Amino acid sequence: MLKQQKHWYDYLWIASAVYLTLGFFNILFAWLGLICFITPLLIAIVKGNKSYCNRFCGRGQLFELLGYRLGLSRRKAPPKFLCSSWFRYGFLAFFMTMFFVMLYATCLVFVGATLNEAVTLLWVFKLPWNWVDTSFVAPWMAQFAFGFYGVMLTSTVLGMLTMLLFKPRSWCVYCPMGTMTQGICQIKHRKENPNETPNKGNCRTAEGSCQ
Amino acid sequence: MRSKKKSASISKECVACGCCVKSCLLGALSVYRGMYALVDEHKCAGCGKCADVCPAQVISVAAREAAQC
Ligand code: SF4
Ligand code: SF4
Ligand code: SF4
Repeated sequence: MLKQQKHWYDYLWIASAVYLTLGFFNILFAWLGLICFITPLLIAIVKGNKSYCNRFCGRGQLFELLGYRLGLSRRKAPPKFLCSSWFRYGFLAFFMTMFFVMLYATCLVFVGATLNEAVTLLWVFKLPWNWVDTSFVAPWMAQFAFGFYGVMLTSTVLGMLTMLLFKPRSWCVYCPMGTMTQGICQIKHRKENPNETPNKGNCRTAEGSCQ
Repeated sequence: MRSKKKSASISKECVACGCCVKSCLLGALSVYRGMYALVDEHKCAGCGKCADVCPAQVISVAAREAAQC
């Protein structure tokens, strides 16, 4: 039977799992998450493709592993609204707004406000997270770590939920990074007429899709 | 005359996540410039594996003639 060849980047799910675990030991590891934020954007802006999503994203791989290999997913089609543009771009806008609110909180601490040692989950629930000493770094650096870890944890929890309920990688449909990188690629290649793409016998106008 | 072979086709709501690319053992799929996935219908055997994994539900497998653009 044919089998897909394994590459080094097929194991990046380990990095994703380790990242989430490290945050429980020391919140300052949250800073490492910036890699998963900046790399996809840089690839999309410079190279004009989504090779981050298509190859390197450990989070997508983690959902695949849990959903297919461990069989945790119901593997049902996600509701149609989830894949609609308005929901995807709406969620991106909401996510970015919350991201800037988090940056604002970091700035406030930078100018003298007191550090809030909590990780906010799903934008509402404040989890106390004060078992690690962060006094050896500037308070704003710790505040950013708490905020950013909250963003990462929230997106993981949402992704896990949709992994369980629908198809394993349902998160990829409304993942803000995925939407953003696709948007950047579309803007970058906007001059291309979709009907004139290298015709490999493709047909992108099938019916019965998520409208 | 073309044969009535089954083949996958992808609608424009594709989110370019690339899940389908990994699922196709015949290498018939690719993500075109980060915008959408493309099917190479000469390689596609119409097995439907990609349609099963696609989280955006944008792949349909049909007899090739019915799926003509
Ligand atoms: S859509 Fe998001 S989670 Fe999915 S592969 Fe891309 S960056 Fe990773
Ligand atoms: S239907 Fe099967 S052979 Fe055709 S693109 Fe999908 S996975 Fe590949
Ligand atoms: S799995 Fe579906 S949404 Fe993702 S690239 Fe393939 S066709 Fe597009």
